Amino acid sequence: MSTGNMNLTLKVWRQKNSKDQGRLVDYKVSDISPDMSFLEMFDVLNEQLISKGEEPIVFDHDCREGICGMCSMFINGRPHGPKQGITTCQLHMRSFKDGDTIVVEPWRAQAFPVIKDLSVDRSSFDRIIAAGGFISVNTGSAQDANNIPIPKQDADAAFEAAACIGCGACVATCKNASAMLFVSAKISQLAHLPQGQPERYRRVQSMVAQMDAEGFGNCTNTGACEAECPKGISLENIALMNRDYYSAKFLKEEEIH
Amino acid sequence: MSNSGKAFSSSIGKKLVMGITGLFLILYLIIHCFLNSLIFVNDGGLTFNEGAHFMATNWLIRAMEVVLFLGFIVHIVQSARLTIENRAARPVKYAYNDGNANSKWYSRSMGLLGTILLIFLIVHLSNFWVVSRFTGIPTTDANGHDDLYAVMKLTFQNVWIVILYVLAMVSLAYHLLHGFPSAFQTMGWNHKKYTPIIKKVGFWYSIIIPLIFALMPIAVYAGLI
Ligand code: SF4
Ligand code: FES
Repeated sequence: MSTGNMNLTLKVWRQKNSKDQGRLVDYKVSDISPDMSFLEMFDVLNEQLISKGEEPIVFDHDCREGICGMCSMFINGRPHGPKQGITTCQLHMRSFKDGDTIVVEPWRAQAFPVIKDLSVDRSSFDRIIAAGGFISVNTGSAQDANNIPIPKQDADAAFEAAACIGCGACVATCKNASAMLFVSAKISQLAHLPQGQPERYRRVQSMVAQMDAEGFGNCTNTGACEAECPKGISLENIALMNRDYYSAKFLKEEEIH
Repeated sequence: MSNSGKAFSSSIGKKLVMGITGLFLILYLIIHCFLNSLIFVNDGGLTFNEGAHFMATNWLIRAMEVVLFLGFIVHIVQSARLTIENRAARPVKYAYNDGNANSKWYSRSMGLLGTILLIFLIVHLSNFWVVSRFTGIPTTDANGHDDLYAVMKLTFQNVWIVILYVLAMVSLAYHLLHGFPSAFQTMGWNHKKYTPIIKKVGFWYSIIIPLIFALMPIAVYAGLI
């Protein structure tokens, strides 16, 4: 698959397992096409390693079209690399120059332990969702779409929050490894809809409690998450989560926890 | 109330404490700045000493002084705690992290700026507060009030003190540049129409207040007052 003319030096984090210390290892790749995606460039590197009898680099990926949130990689000091509003699978080699040195590290957070190389365990996100990021309804045939009227602004806000793909770039880039942007998106997508109301204040408390229990840091409003989020999730969601949390804790009567 | 005991120890609750104490200190700075600006009144410090006398003797102000100290202590202790927790949230650091690509340096350096301010605060309190409350001001002015003005003029003859004060005010400006709008976001007030206004007010507040403060030691040292 040598179709181009870019030659690059990669410094890639290699780590055998969660216990291993890990270190950056230098690799050279040549004849890389500028039209390749970053992950395809890694495929070329891995082919190279396999043919040399070395162990290929483990990295997460699935859809390779920016919708699943699996791909990660902290590239040259930024999650998902130098561009804004895209995931690593949507990053192309034309964003780099021939001869560049590229540093590739895994997401780093206490709550995202490295499984191997560039792959981290993001199940802490799943546990936060399981703590309250749902609505309890009996399944059955779907009701008519217009049964429940929803103001357009609310529908739009819910959809914008629902664009979060759970990639964890917000945590990766935050100096505090805080998960506030992710959690607030999951809270906000339901808080804006009528179906989310019955469990609204229970949800915000349980999800925040789970977030804290997972060992994510505390938000200091640097805004790095919003700047790096591939889906443009806004800090407005964090403000909404804060408001809901305060009203749950200070204004609501019912015993929730 | 639904178990609000836990509210303040949660991540959001801790932010709230930082935000509320921060806003309280921001309000206090306005009063402090106004009173100190009386040194610019060209009457040999009589008006300034008058103000200082009022602050030192009014019982309401003395009560507020206790609240103020509490505000400082809570803000500082809480920030130390948050810093330790936030460091622990990323035990292995990045080999290369391009922080400037997505956030302002001063937003990421609130701890450092705050530490400079804490050092300043200790020096500042020992320069003036300890003197006026405990060790005593040696002279009185024409009105018979303690001559705090004279103490100030003497203190700011020391170039190192002047440098420390000016540096601290630069730190304060950056600390406020992040802290002012951040406090509102933490309180949950993020609004398409009002947030830009908050940011604008915050920006000018963060420039003007520290600037006025910084002009005081500079003006004294330069012999302008
Ligand atoms: S908020 Fe953005 S950066 Fe964070 S997990 Fe969701 S999509 Fe990824
Ligand atoms: S692989 Fe699915 S978003 Fe990148």
